[in-house]
Amino acid sequence: MNGANGANGANGANGAQSTRLRRIEPAALAGVIIHDLTLFRRSWLSTTFSALVEPTIYLLAFGWGFGSLVSVVAGYRYVDFLGTGIVATAVLFSSAFTGMFQTFIRRTYQKIYGAVLAAPVDVPEIVFGEALWIAARAGVYGCVPLLVALAFGLDPVPGMLIVPLVGFLTGLGFGLFGIWTSALVPSFDSFSYIISGIMTPLFLVAGTFFPVAGLPYWGRVLARLNPLYHCVELVRDAAFGFAPLADLGHLGALVAFAGLMWLLAVRYMGRRLID
Amino acid sequence: MSLSQSVSSTAAGAEPGGGEPSDAETPAISMRAVVKRYGNLTAVNGLDLDVPAGVCLGLLGPNGAGKSTTMRMLTAQSIADSGRISVLGYDVPGASKQARALMGVVPQEDNLDIELTVRQNLAVFARLYRVPARERRAAVDRALAVAELVDRADTVTANLSGGMRRRLLVARALVHRPRLVLLDEPTVGLDPQVRQELWSLIAGLRTGGVTVLMSTHYIEEAERLADDVAIMSHGRVIARDAPARLLDAHAGRTAAEYYGPPEHLAEIAAQADAAGFTTRRTGPSVSVLRAENMPAELDERLGAGVRRAATLEDVFVALTGERVE
Repeated sequence: MNGANGANGANGANGAQSTRLRRIEPAALAGVIIHDLTLFRRSWLSTTFSALVEPTIYLLAFGWGFGSLVSVVAGYRYVDFLGTGIVATAVLFSSAFTGMFQTFIRRTYQKIYGAVLAAPVDVPEIVFGEALWIAARAGVYGCVPLLVALAFGLDPVPGMLIVPLVGFLTGLGFGLFGIWTSALVPSFDSFSYIISGIMTPLFLVAGTFFPVAGLPYWGRVLARLNPLYHCVELVRDAAFGFAPLADLGHLGALVAFAGLMWLLAVRYMGRRLID
Repeated sequence: MSLSQSVSSTAAGAEPGGGEPSDAETPAISMRAVVKRYGNLTAVNGLDLDVPAGVCLGLLGPNGAGKSTTMRMLTAQSIADSGRISVLGYDVPGASKQARALMGVVPQEDNLDIELTVRQNLAVFARLYRVPARERRAAVDRALAVAELVDRADTVTANLSGGMRRRLLVARALVHRPRLVLLDEPTVGLDPQVRQELWSLIAGLRTGGVTVLMSTHYIEEAERLADDVAIMSHGRVIARDAPARLLDAHAGRTAAEYYGPPEHLAEIAAQADAAGFTTRRTGPSVSVLRAENMPAELDERLGAGVRRAATLEDVFVALTGERVE
């Protein structure tokens, strides 16, 4: 019989409280990203293949096919107009689809996040880690159409160096969009609603293939609500010359989009993963 | 030495009645009046559970008794509606991240990354469990050795047999040398050989001083591995003690089993019941518990029975009834 138990218990609890970990920790993010990197080492060839081939085909098909009808759009050679615009498409496809499908599969079929959450990793860290990786990839793959356009005769300028960053920021927003919708849909089939109902219009009305200026008033308003439009504009300005005030606006829109998607993704993933 | 004989499910009953825990350490797990509801379903209903450090506790109960929910609450993957939970001295869910850094979890469902190799799976989790960079390789090698997967280190997980995948799941939970390991139905659906392998793995953990909480509905598993068994029913613990003491308290030492046509069995059950003995159906037979106390006269009347040692299954059925909802 000893009387020290109560005191020991209390000390233990106090010690525990004083070392509370922060909400987002680099070590946890690193763990999530290393997981992605390890998988990427196995799949980089196929991923890179589609990232290279897809925009090239778009450029060839539209650039030659459509470009033979209209050689100049909005004051630029059509191939240049398209090559800069398709950067946004490449970023969208790479980030949103990965966010949607990969996150859905890992959560529901493989249940990997259940194992990750049993380790000292919380839902916001999973979401942020996955989104950072998706964004980094989108930033790199987003440059491919620009390189193809350069090969087709686009003039290289120093401003183009910010294109990977624009791709990263846009990819962060759309990666988080994908993660959010992966937690929103009840089943894999339901992604059709997101793809046909949201992504297709976003991708067509972003000024990629034709200038938004040609749309009726309501179309021009809607385009401004499209994050992809702001990405297209930023990339074009990086290639053809910045318009500082407008570009800050575009940047702000992309930051706001990523912020909103972050809140939604963390909230909905939390609901799915923690009961 | 003061673990209560048969802890009731009330908060007062769960306190080790005035005595002290046998060791001054904080209990590895402490749950008080924990309630978890899913809509109208109350999965855990006022659960009290203490697991002292270094003990292997078997959590026994039918499907739906609340075992898995209890496990999930300990890692804060399920948040209790009320009650208090602490794991290794840390409040859960408030400080659960610290607790999770010190515990390993073997889930019921295989959630390995099947696209990674065995080594890659362990390496990723060594990182997630914050094993320092210079110790990571050794940690992975040790986990490979524990799970006897050294030869398979570079095999893609999808190509492992079911038993190997289970061992990898255990190895993954041990890669950071946890102080507490949760095993949720660790051997469900496994071949007998594979089950034996896992049992020796779990027994090895306990020998190494790791606290183990293992849920199972295999009575045999609890009997072999657990120092202490808590029987759960309808979201609470209805009995808690060392297996031998549970047998003494609820089933006696031996049971007599009688075979025959249904009418004969009904007749035997009726006679034993009338004499104040507990009976239960055991497949094609009826078992009379506490057969060691059977008067010679009754023994003769019931006829030729087969004597066998009482099992936790007898305890379990005696406590939770014949029918499982």
